[in-house]
Amino acid sequence: MLIFGIPLQLLSTQILLGLINGAFYAILSLGLAIIFGLLNIVNFAHGAFYMMGAFGALLMLDHFAMNYWLALLVVPLTIGLLGCVIERLILRRIYDLDHLYGMILTFGMGLVIVGLFRNQYGATGLPYSMPAALQGGYNLGFMFLPASRAFVILASVAVCLVTWLVIEKTRLGSWLRAATEKPELTEAFGINVPLLITLTYGFGVALAGFAGVLAAPIYSVNPMMGSDLIIVVFAVVVIGGMGSISGAILTGFMLGLVEGVTKVFWPQASTTVIFVIMAIVLLIRPAGLFGKQA
Amino acid sequence: MPISGCPMADRLSQNPHFQVTDLEAWYGESHVLHRVSFDIREGEVVTLLGRNGAGKSTTLKSIMGMIKRRQGSVRLREKELGRASSRAIARAGIAFCPEDRGIYSSLTVEENLMLPPVVASGGMSVAEIHTLFPNLAERRRSQGTRLSGGEQQMLAIGRILRTGARLLLLDEPTEGLAPVIVQQIGATIRQLKERGYTVLLVEQNFHFAASVADRHYVMDHGQVVDMIPGPEIADNMAKLSTYLGV
Repeated sequence: MLIFGIPLQLLSTQILLGLINGAFYAILSLGLAIIFGLLNIVNFAHGAFYMMGAFGALLMLDHFAMNYWLALLVVPLTIGLLGCVIERLILRRIYDLDHLYGMILTFGMGLVIVGLFRNQYGATGLPYSMPAALQGGYNLGFMFLPASRAFVILASVAVCLVTWLVIEKTRLGSWLRAATEKPELTEAFGINVPLLITLTYGFGVALAGFAGVLAAPIYSVNPMMGSDLIIVVFAVVVIGGMGSISGAILTGFMLGLVEGVTKVFWPQASTTVIFVIMAIVLLIRPAGLFGKQA
Repeated sequence: MPISGCPMADRLSQNPHFQVTDLEAWYGESHVLHRVSFDIREGEVVTLLGRNGAGKSTTLKSIMGMIKRRQGSVRLREKELGRASSRAIARAGIAFCPEDRGIYSSLTVEENLMLPPVVASGGMSVAEIHTLFPNLAERRRSQGTRLSGGEQQMLAIGRILRTGARLLLLDEPTEGLAPVIVQQIGATIRQLKERGYTVLLVEQNFHFAASVADRHYVMDHGQVVDMIPGPEIADNMAKLSTYLGV
């Protein structure tokens, strides 16, 4: 079967690959958006936390024989805790300074983390064996759907949905939105805004760690894996609109799809299409597709 | 504590419930409050009057710990709050309704109402607040900032009544509102007084202030320059006009 002269199987395979990339974009840009909303810091270390998630899964497997499913829980929690400590000890000192300092500081932190891992593990990729439950797949008739990829998409949708629900529909989420919108007044109501900030940074980087664990069995685990991905994720956040939660999620999946489809019709453009969209969005809607126009 | 356990006696006691002594504040390099001192007895409604820029709003924000550079003493009952964080001040039982009303656009009316944590028992229930301001019940699902100015003001007052805080700082609650709404807010403040709340009110609208307050402190150039008891306000009109420049 041909669609626009393209075999259906090729098209659907690329759409699936696009959705998988989109699943990672969504989780990562969601974390960036939450952090930016409350801390006003563009977390340039985000890619490093994602990489640490993948390495975390690998090291836990090698040293403690911890399986993938447990790692999906333990590794993000550990990275989240590390994020809380970093916020308390380092980031907290620069909130009174210009935003630029936050960028430089987190960028530097990212470089240090990546450098340490490179030093220890080299720059080549390490394999993470696919858990048994995710081997094999489903024949959908028009294409083969590997179980591992289906799981990544499902897990990403679930995590994004739960995060969105907590932020938009719970009391804790209303505190978070309030602290994001008017931090000083929120504090003057007796709400512990500094604690919310710590937890938010911890949660944001835990999301990155979660994405890293998800990535371990499908991509090769190497210290540079975050740096490559995060540039695209920044473009996603800019397109979606800084600080918009649902915008970050939807844009993540959407742009993954766009990338996949572009790969079918014009493979050479697939790596640049997101940046072209970013440029157009910045010209037409500078606050992003889902951001509040000033 | 001469007569304890009797709320009426307590309310009328002459011991200041809330006392501000030599409060100073700075915005960056500019020194905006100079040794501001005043006190309020429990159950009293007291206003800060003064021209634009006299330091009234700054006084409220300094009491709330929202001005970074401040010094001096702020005491609620026996508790010293002059150096406390704004969170600790709120937890001690002082609630603030800011001049811009501080309604959150990312929260619904209901979420705005439920936002401030309860800091003490004895706050109003949501049902009571809805009885006081029926519009808030009708529009509970709306985005907070979709409300009219008057409704936003009611929301801003209503949400601090839930917390159990007994000292309310209201910054120009009548600003920019239609006369009928101003009357409703006046009635609300009198009702709060009947329920034993202590209110510190910043006002530009002198007639409104006169209709609700027990006493008036007059501020000018970042200082408290006079105190006029409510009943004597008519005799002091000339003096007040000079202070307020009306």
